[in-house]
Amino acid sequence: MRAEEFVELLKEAGYNFFTGVPCSLISDVIILLEKDRQVPYIPAVREDAAVGLAAGAYLGGKTPCVLMQNSGLGQCLNALSSLNLIYKIPCLLIVTWRGYRGKDWPEHWVMGRACTGLLDSIDLPYKKLTPRNLEEAVEWSSKVISRKRIPVALLLPKGVME
Amino acid sequence: MRITRALKTIMEMVRGELVVAANGRISREAFTLRDRPENFYMIGSMGLASSIALGLALSQPKRKVVILDGDGNVLMNLGVLPQIGALLPPNLLHIVLDNEVYGSTGNQCTISSAVGLEKIARSSGYLVVKKITEEKSLRPTLRQYLKARGPVFLLAKVEAEVEPKGIKRVMHSPVEIRNRFMKSIGSKP
Ligand SMILES: Cc1ncc(C[n+]2csc(CCOP(=O)(O)OP(=O)(O)O)c2C)c(N)n1
Ligand SMILES: [Mg+2]
Repeated sequence: MRAEEFVELLKEAGYNFFTGVPCSLISDVIILLEKDRQVPYIPAVREDAAVGLAAGAYLGGKTPCVLMQNSGLGQCLNALSSLNLIYKIPCLLIVTWRGYRGKDWPEHWVMGRACTGLLDSIDLPYKKLTPRNLEEAVEWSSKVISRKRIPVALLLPKGVME
Repeated sequence: MRITRALKTIMEMVRGELVVAANGRISREAFTLRDRPENFYMIGSMGLASSIALGLALSQPKRKVVILDGDGNVLMNLGVLPQIGALLPPNLLHIVLDNEVYGSTGNQCTISSAVGLEKIARSSGYLVVKKITEEKSLRPTLRQYLKARGPVFLLAKVEAEVEPKGIKRVMHSPVEIRNRFMKSIGSKP
């Protein structure tokens, strides 16, 4: 999918507050969000700060989306477990899946293998994105958020975004 | 200045402001002194009170947001200071109760006695920065800053002390805290 279409998809699903830390796999998505006049993209300094910021935005009435690389997932584990999951403060996490099937640089090998286990261990629902399931997955994220009020992750390996 | 006195003055002076309280004693004591729906007690996620408050301030530009932070909390999420300085939300008042220790876990030293958090705030770009040490200057300072255009950083130097008896745990569940807080803003979970 093209970055433009993906951004539209997220906005149409109701996500209206964006923050995060970039990954090259979603470079264009973030650049588009930075320029978007309808929704804010607030650059965060770290992934846990992004999750905290998104939590504040949710309390203030927004439906937030946090973009990050899976290397930042560990960084925000405490925020997810001791803020979002217990207060029931949702957000959509778009997490690029570096090291997917081990095909990546060495710094991504370990987290590439561990990231789904990490999400499983805190019972955070997630789906792997493919070039064909993007619409369905974004729709699913909205459904889970409105039913359970907890964060939901979409894992995005290389090759899904054009 | 005693922490309890400082918190009591602050909690007496807030009106419609949204208050986000850092974890540990600060949340518990704010709850004990004056529980109100507009208080968000952050019982975990140490360091993130400032980030939560920033997200609130950006999404609720008409509401004043007050952060009750601790020095240990600020040092854990120091990157948020330049983030606030870069975004310049006018409705943010960041109060740090600096006792130079992790008071809630038994007064182990932080490094705030050596670094000067007010200097970091100033170079981070806060519009107004002030450090106070005397209890008597807190009330007039707050009277001014609760109305001032922000972001304002108010460093209140407080004594490290043994936690007094009678400070209760926050009695509301996290979901209750969320619900009543959101209701007080008029936003829906
Ligand atoms: C990530 C994390 N590490 C450690 C703790 C334990 N802890 C709870 S409160 C606290 C101290 C907070 O210090 P400060 O912000 O200075 O507030 P004070 O207790 O001094 O009022 C610590 C270390 C925690 N809750 N979370
Ligand atoms: Mg302290």
